Amino acid sequence: MPDVSLAALAAQIFTGLVLGGIFVLLAIGLSLIFGLMTVVNFSHGALYMLGAYAGYVLITYTGSFVVALVVAPLLVGALGLFIERVLIRPLYGRSPDDPLLLTFGLSLVIVEVARIVWGKIGLTLDPPRALGGAVNLGFTYFPTYRLFVIAVTAVVLLGLWIFLEKTNVGLVIRAGSRDPLMVRALGFDVGRIWFIVFGIGAGLAGLAGILAGPMRGAYAEMGVTIIIESFVVVVVGGMGSLVGAVVSGLLIGQVVSLTTFFAPKLAEIVVFITMAVVLLLRPSGLFGEAGLLE
Amino acid sequence: MHRRTFLTTSVAAAAALGIPTILRAQSKDPVRIGVPLPLTGPFAAIATDMKQGAELAVDELNARGGILGRKVEVLFRDDQLKPQVGAQRTQELIEKENCQFIIGGLAAHVQMAINEQTKKSKVLFISTSQSDEISAKPDTSPITFHEALNPTITSRVVGKWVMENLGKKWWIVYADYAWGKQNNAVLTEVNKKMGGTVLGSTPYPLGSAEFSAHLPKIQAAKPDVLVSVTPGADNIAFLKQVASFGMRSQMKIAQPLHWISVAKQGGPELYDGIYAGTNWYWELQDSIPEAKKYVEGFQKKFGIPPGDYSCYSYSGCLEAARGAELAKSTDADKVADALRKSPTYNHLKGKQWWRTCDNKSFQDMWIVKGRGPGKTKGDWGLLEVVARVPASEDMDRTCAEKGFA
Repeated sequence: MPDVSLAALAAQIFTGLVLGGIFVLLAIGLSLIFGLMTVVNFSHGALYMLGAYAGYVLITYTGSFVVALVVAPLLVGALGLFIERVLIRPLYGRSPDDPLLLTFGLSLVIVEVARIVWGKIGLTLDPPRALGGAVNLGFTYFPTYRLFVIAVTAVVLLGLWIFLEKTNVGLVIRAGSRDPLMVRALGFDVGRIWFIVFGIGAGLAGLAGILAGPMRGAYAEMGVTIIIESFVVVVVGGMGSLVGAVVSGLLIGQVVSLTTFFAPKLAEIVVFITMAVVLLLRPSGLFGEAGLLE
Repeated sequence: MHRRTFLTTSVAAAAALGIPTILRAQSKDPVRIGVPLPLTGPFAAIATDMKQGAELAVDELNARGGILGRKVEVLFRDDQLKPQVGAQRTQELIEKENCQFIIGGLAAHVQMAINEQTKKSKVLFISTSQSDEISAKPDTSPITFHEALNPTITSRVVGKWVMENLGKKWWIVYADYAWGKQNNAVLTEVNKKMGGTVLGSTPYPLGSAEFSAHLPKIQAAKPDVLVSVTPGADNIAFLKQVASFGMRSQMKIAQPLHWISVAKQGGPELYDGIYAGTNWYWELQDSIPEAKKYVEGFQKKFGIPPGDYSCYSYSGCLEAARGAELAKSTDADKVADALRKSPTYNHLKGKQWWRTCDNKSFQDMWIVKGRGPGKTKGDWGLLEVVARVPASEDMDRTCAEKGFA
């Protein structure tokens, strides 16, 4: 049993915040896309991976991490727009299995393309020099870059919240995730909303990728396990619920971090145990509404 | 088409296709070596090095007339670091591609699955990665050979060296699969025997890129030495995150192994001052003539010096060839007998030999240390040889301990 000092626990909670932040960025995109379009986007992990690689390329060519941090999510978001328009749009109105299979196949293609372009061996990214060291938080040393990740995630979430709560487009998106049929009946161009939402979701996945790159490196398979965990986050939060995605992402981050602290052998499965428990108590997730999938 | 006609035609077609295969196999067809490796995933860098080692060996074999006067071909398959895929690819290599030898594997758990297939099909298998079980009963077989070091040897040697030179209070972080667990067990045993303390040992799932949740409590425990049993790409992610938590100045770091292909990717700063064992390092060419020949051949073909693990696949291919020449056959039992009858060889690092009870290769190993930025020799001279540990059968468990009466 490790020494359970308050300082060590506080440090553990900070590491959990970073893990949770990445989960939240991925889960929000997944949840938005699912809530609005009932598309289970299996290519989300591949888009996350592309974010990291795009970041690598941009840092190499421009030498600026800031440029990479802004441009990489835009590039991945643009790819998301393209995927929605060209590949997913023809499948609307069909059973949810069709886009699921399509995006699953797409993720295999993207991973293989990444292997061809960047090689089978992963690449390492470095955080910018200014964020390279560790900060003394009083109770522990904590990597400056990880604090930066927490800050960026918070800012992006705030921006997204303002966009969804305070703008007209946001209002329609929120309405659409509650009741797409009614929104259509009110005469909104749902196709256009879907297009934008898919782009935003993809962009957030790209952002998660470039943020994770300097911590975890970039490699073709990096999206494979995290996509599963992100789906768990979405399910725990409630399919389609944005608040749910945020709360459950942060929750799962803490659960993983604290389990690693107390019982590292369980850290791999604790995510699924959490899901099972939540679903037993609340079958549609923490903030979910029943009946979305029916 | 009638069902009956369909059946007869297909049977005839199958026969027509099948018979030439049998005929061909008996004539002067090439000898085929099948090499399953995890060419994608966290071990991709090491697997690529191993692929090149096998390619060079086959080039050299063909340049000197092949095996038994037959041309040699080498076929690679991606086992994706999964036992079931490894088994499937091996079966294909043997049954569809008619490989006479299987040489490869780069993961303790996958090589066991490969071994099950080669035993079943009676094909000689030379395993080229670490495992304690592969050369012990009940898993091993008379036609299973083990070219690589194993966790017992590696961690006994490295553990003793760390106790004597770096410190006695350890924290071990290990990948939660066969190789990691075996190393953790041996390291813990060595530490206890020599009067040390293992403050903690934490498993993590192989192929992880996120270690941060493990680090605060290690930092709080203040070990003298952090022992990192984190293979392949995991190694880079682990060391980077350890550094980012400011732990490099708080404790020393040691590993059972350095992999030069991985260290190259991580860069000199990351590996600065980190100690580890190795089965080989290209700068040994300064003192070992066979190593020099190997480095020159590899450098000429691939433009880079060979890594540690390519030695296993290179040496493994040459041993299969030596065995076949001695036995005048590619039959697994005959080749295996020939190798046991004439067990000594030297392809790239000085004398090695097969122990006849368990077909385990014994060989020298070395302790190396990361040189750090500004002190490297060219792009690949990242390590400095600190000590040589001469080969001895005492390094491994005894024949009796491994189940051989």
